Amino acid sequence: MLATASQRILGQSFQNIRPAVSVLRSYSSAAKQITVRDALNSALDEEMSADPKVFLMGEEVGEYQGAYKITKGLLEKYGPERVLDTPITEAGFTGIGVGAAYYGLKPVVEFMTFNFSMQAIDHIINSAAKSNYMSAGQISVPIVFRGPNGAAAGVGAQHSQCYASWYASCPGLKVLSPYNSEDARGLLKAAIRDPDPVVFLENELLYGESFPVSDEVLDSSFCLPIGKAKIEREGKDVTITAFSKMVGYALKAAEILEKDGIYAEVINLRSIRPLDRSTINASVRKTNRLITVEEGFPQHGVGAEICASVVEESFAYLDAPVERIAGADVPMPYAANLERLAVPQIEDIIRAAKRACYRSVPLAATA
Amino acid sequence: MATAFSVPKFAAQPFNPISPTSQQKPLIFPTAASPFLGSTRKLLHLSSSSQLNLRRRSSGSVFAVSDIVKEKKSTSIPSLLITKEEGLELYEDMVLGRAFEDMCAQMYYRGKMFGFVHLYNGQEAISTGFIKLLKQQDSVVSTYRDHVHALSKGVPARAVMSELFGKTTGCCRGQGGSMHMFSSEHNLIGGFAFIGEGIPVATGAAFSSKYRREVLKEADCDHVTLAFFGDGTCNNGQFFECLNMAALWKLPIVFVVENNLWAIGMSHLRATSDPQIYKKGPAFGMPGVHVDGMDVLKVREVAKEAIARARRGEGPTLVECETYRFRGHSLADPDELRDPTEKAHYAARDPITALKKYLIENNLSGEAELKAIDKKIDELLEDAVEFADESPLPPRSQLLENVFADPKGFGIGPDGRYRCEDPKFTEGTAHV
Repeated sequence: MLATASQRILGQSFQNIRPAVSVLRSYSSAAKQITVRDALNSALDEEMSADPKVFLMGEEVGEYQGAYKITKGLLEKYGPERVLDTPITEAGFTGIGVGAAYYGLKPVVEFMTFNFSMQAIDHIINSAAKSNYMSAGQISVPIVFRGPNGAAAGVGAQHSQCYASWYASCPGLKVLSPYNSEDARGLLKAAIRDPDPVVFLENELLYGESFPVSDEVLDSSFCLPIGKAKIEREGKDVTITAFSKMVGYALKAAEILEKDGIYAEVINLRSIRPLDRSTINASVRKTNRLITVEEGFPQHGVGAEICASVVEESFAYLDAPVERIAGADVPMPYAANLERLAVPQIEDIIRAAKRACYRSVPLAATA
Repeated sequence: MATAFSVPKFAAQPFNPISPTSQQKPLIFPTAASPFLGSTRKLLHLSSSSQLNLRRRSSGSVFAVSDIVKEKKSTSIPSLLITKEEGLELYEDMVLGRAFEDMCAQMYYRGKMFGFVHLYNGQEAISTGFIKLLKQQDSVVSTYRDHVHALSKGVPARAVMSELFGKTTGCCRGQGGSMHMFSSEHNLIGGFAFIGEGIPVATGAAFSSKYRREVLKEADCDHVTLAFFGDGTCNNGQFFECLNMAALWKLPIVFVVENNLWAIGMSHLRATSDPQIYKKGPAFGMPGVHVDGMDVLKVREVAKEAIARARRGEGPTLVECETYRFRGHSLADPDELRDPTEKAHYAARDPITALKKYLIENNLSGEAELKAIDKKIDELLEDAVEFADESPLPPRSQLLENVFADPKGFGIGPDGRYRCEDPKFTEGTAHV
């Protein structure tokens, strides 16, 4: 809060001195723009320099500078003992990371995409998530599993699945999914510092997008709390919950809906497990309508859990059935037009919002 | 002794399939081979064994070190392998393991223990032979057959018994159970139900030891990790992945294969293309050693060298211990597929009887002293059972505890505060 206020003041003072430049300044209010990629890279860099127990492990994280260049420059800076290029052995190296975490080291295990984590899921669930419980608190596992999750562009069925709901159903794991650079930095730093196993679901298509960040975010001790959602946009007519890339879509949909007089409240979940049920319910109690948006498969998805939670806690406040928008209930097709149909689009969100607000006739249940 | 551990990286091992000894499984089966390749086939070769031991020395540097040990014993004036104190320590540990497992069976049939219980009878030589050489800070990773590993590593019998009874005084407060023994104090890091799951975790523990020494500059950190697993696991992908990475990064780990020839009801010979597991070590650039796992002294000699190698920083070793489990896979296993003659054969090679014989023949101890140890263990176990019986069950509030090291992982409650800060949180309501 204070940071943005001072920036506004700064911006105004610059305005007095150099009017030509101030036009640009006042738009960005002296905030920097960084890509999500740079946000993640800087978060890893800072955490590695702050704590020598943090190390990176994964395929191509070292000499290749990262399959998606997230770990660029870290090998040169920290050396091969802390940035480990592994052979293609997900089960093996994930287990090695867990074993190292048992002894207090803090591995950050990168999966080239979370689809490959299925080869290692036994270690994520059985030896990481459940260990603190099975050992009655003797052994905690301060490990982070990170990588891109969900659909990219044209990569086919085996590279496009969203794993948020799979991991979020497992007790003992924390599951985070950032949207913008601020989320990426804050949540990754919180995840690395956290003493429990964290699954950190990024999105490949967001890596290159820039977002404005305040100076507070760029500070090396900046951390976001795990388990707290953020209200990206306030509204009063309908609540839209989303995470990762869908937050961007929801925000754009909200802008379009505003022209029709529907003021949508957009919640960026940030944390899938633990889910910030109180923020969601408080919002639904305010707006009385809910739309959940996610990219993954609809059955047993994140939206299903949010819907159940709202029905349990705020049933009397709902004025319309909860609308769930999810990916199509099919493996991701390859053809570009089919892929577009299989992933939620802004128009879908807008239509759902109008249905929830009784501005249009509800369609029969479709994907 | 050193030659057995020279890394024969790309040396072709002279393949000698028909040199039948008690320590080598036949690879080429007689032509009238039935599809059921039971261990009876191995049994046929066993009888013609002992005189041929010496001949095998020539067949490669990675074969049984135990041969050399045996040779030394018979040719020179016996310089004993162990002192009296060591001998008694080994004896006591093995008797504790055996008596504990027998007590478990008793308690199971009385209904005090439940679920999956896998007993270690017959394999005590491996646990004692290896674990008694470790320091407190060295780690042990085991499978679901982990009671005796826990005991050898120093977890008190009371704690293990209570854990099996599901009481709150157990080593994991009753939350782990038979298959998930953990003790951070004794560096026993599991207890894993999935086969092969412990191997990467053990490799990670070894990695942490190396990391501490080299990156965190804790100069005296030379902790070694032992990973125990069975013959069935040696066909699992994770085993090979970790052999590769452990050798690649020269991690201080010893992979100990407890080859008891059976994976529940699947004979090792039916399941494996090349049943000689120790040969898989050199394929990844580490020594592979085969040892008679029913003889605690032989196991101890091999273990000494392997652990010393790891501590010196020379990398991993694969040790295959040929052993046998006298009971079924678990207490629910009817154990119908194993040949009674095979069982009798191995029962005759009981490691405890063998050690007893050695101690008495070499005048390291007498019957009376050993009987006293037996009695002491019996009393210890009775006390353990009594303790476990009288211990309380876990309270309801324990259900939600220990899910996260940071309890804020339960999220934010309807009142907007973290759930774990609510004083009623661990009162055990179903409304989480």
